[in-house]
Amino acid sequence: MSAVWLCVIVVGLATIAVKAGGPVLAAGRELPQSAGRVVDLLAPALLAALVATQAFASDEALVLDERAAGLLAGGAAILLRAPLLVVVLVAAATAAGLRAVS
Amino acid sequence: MLPLMPAIVAFGASFGVLATAAGVDSLAALVMSATTFAGSAQFAVVSVLGAGGTAAAAIGAAVLLNARYAPMALAASGAFRGGPLRRLLEAQLLVDESWALSSRDGGFDRKLLLGAGGILYVGWNAGTAIGVLAGDSLTDPATLGLDAAFPALFLALLAPLIRARGEDRVGAGDGARGEDRVGAGDGARGEGSSPRSADRTALAAAVMGAGIALALTPITPAGVPVIAATAACLVGLTRPRRAAAPHRLAEEASS
Repeated sequence: MSAVWLCVIVVGLATIAVKAGGPVLAAGRELPQSAGRVVDLLAPALLAALVATQAFASDEALVLDERAAGLLAGGAAILLRAPLLVVVLVAAATAAGLRAVS
Repeated sequence: MLPLMPAIVAFGASFGVLATAAGVDSLAALVMSATTFAGSAQFAVVSVLGAGGTAAAAIGAAVLLNARYAPMALAASGAFRGGPLRRLLEAQLLVDESWALSSRDGGFDRKLLLGAGGILYVGWNAGTAIGVLAGDSLTDPATLGLDAAFPALFLALLAPLIRARGEDRVGAGDGARGEDRVGAGDGARGEGSSPRSADRTALAAAVMGAGIALALTPITPAGVPVIAATAACLVGLTRPRRAAAPHRLAEEASS
C-alpha cells in the first residue's frame, strides 16, 4: 500500500472514531453538573483558540499579516451588531484589498 | 450557512489543487475529503507528504489536529439521535463551523448542526472535485481574503457567548443576583433557558483559550495549541457551588 493510501485510510478511520466516540458512548447519559459546566465552556475556549490560530498562526510561527487586519475589521462589524454574513464579507474584503495593494 | 458555501467550495478546491500538486492521486484526494471531512487535517497530510515526510509523520499531524473533535463531539452529543450506527454517521457532520453555528446557550441545535454539516459536506467534496479536475488554473483563496473569513466567523460566533451576560449585568444591577442567574442557567442546561450562563466565566475561558493557543503555537506541532486550549474550560470548576445550586433550588421549590 502506498503512503498516500495508508494516510487516507488511517486518518479517515481515526477521524471517524474521534468524532463518533463521545456521541456513541455518552448516548442517553446525562453529564454530572460540574462536567456540564466545563463542557459548556468548551465553546468559548475552542472558538477563541480557533480565532487566534487561524488569524495569527502560520505553520508553527506567529505572524501578523492581512488576516489580522481582516479580523480587526470583522471585529468592528461585530461591535456594530452587523449580521454574520456582513462580518465575514468585511473580513475577507479587507484582507483581499490589502493584498491587492501590497 | 449558505452564504459560506463559496468559501467552503473554494477551500475544498484548494485542497484538491494542493493534493494533486503534492502527488496525491485524484481518487485518494476525493476519498479523503469524503471520509475524513476535516480541512486542517487533510491539508496537513498533503503538506507533510508533499514535503517528503513519512506516512507516520503525516498521520501523526492529522490525528493531533483532529483530536479537538473528541471534546467537541462529546459536548454536542445531545444533538445526535438513534442507535450507535446512526449516531456515528450523524457525528461525522461535526466540523468546526457546524459545531460553532449550532452551539446554543449550553446546548446544541440538532437541525442546525446536521443542516450546516450536510451543506458543508457537499461543498467540501464538490470543491475537492473541482480542485482535482482544475488543477493550478484556480485562484488562490487567499487572494480573495477567504482565509481571513474564518477567524472572523469564529469571532462572530464567540461574541454572543460573552456578550449575553454583559447586557444582563446592566439590568441586574448587583453581582449577587447575576451569580444566581449563572446557577439557574446551569440547572436548565440545554432547555434554551440559559442565555446568561456564559458571561465572565465564558470571557475568562475565551481569553485563556486564545492565550494558551498563541503561547503554544511557536513551540508545539500544529493542532496541539487548539487542543491544549480546551484546558481553559476548567475555569468552570472554579464555581462548583453555583453549579450545584440549581438542584437544591429545584428541590426546595418542589417541596
